Amino acid sequence: MSDTGTWAADSAHRNRSRTARAAAWRFVLQRASAAVLALCVVVHLATMIYAVRHGLSSEAIVARMQAGAAWPTFYAVFAAAAAIHAPLGMRTVVDEWLGLRGSAVDAALGLFALLLLGGGLYAVHALAG
Amino acid sequence: MTDRDASALAAARSGRAMRRNDARARSHAAYWAFLTHRLSGIALALFLPVHFFVLAQALTHPTTLDAFLEWTRRPVVKLAETLLVLALAAHLGGGVRLLFVEFAGWRADWQKTAMALAAAAALAVALMFALAA
Repeated sequence: MSDTGTWAADSAHRNRSRTARAAAWRFVLQRASAAVLALCVVVHLATMIYAVRHGLSSEAIVARMQAGAAWPTFYAVFAAAAAIHAPLGMRTVVDEWLGLRGSAVDAALGLFALLLLGGGLYAVHALAG
Repeated sequence: MTDRDASALAAARSGRAMRRNDARARSHAAYWAFLTHRLSGIALALFLPVHFFVLAQALTHPTTLDAFLEWTRRPVVKLAETLLVLALAAHLGGGVRLLFVEFAGWRADWQKTAMALAAAAALAVALMFALAA
């Protein structure tokens, strides 16, 4: 094989291993965030049912969020895990159901992740003060 | 029969076979578990930005948040909320089942039971929410 051929083969190999590494990272992040979310959602569902039973009001929500660092920390972790999990899930959906993939899709999903992270943390800040 | 007829017949047969396979695959509990997980996931992903936006009103427009909470007391909104809670609980139940399948090696013959348990737990949570709401 010529030098150029070897270089092209090496380059293709590097691209393939980079793609495989990215896929492995997406797999790990999707499952790790799912495990965190599983715990968060159980707490969220229980809190939601409790809160709705006791009359949902902005004062009640703000009072709970300002009682200490525990709830704001919990919701910050919850929002961060959701910001990782939801875009990775949507990536699979738009690939399998709409046939959309590539760097433009990844960029849009990256923006979606930032929107969820920023929006979630801002909401926590808004309620915890 | 010409070659073209023969290949058209073969294609039609294989198409029918595929459709039959498809229908069989879709009547399987695992397909419904997949569809539930996917549709609930899409609903939750689309709902999240709206949820965060509404909560952020507590800082910028506290009266808007209270007006919004007042609006959520309508029966139609309560029904929509209950469906969202059902989606969240179903996504949780289905997701936990998938994690156990992938990482704890849950056996195939328990899958129907696991799916039924996930569905029952999701319905129970949604019912609890609906009764509390």
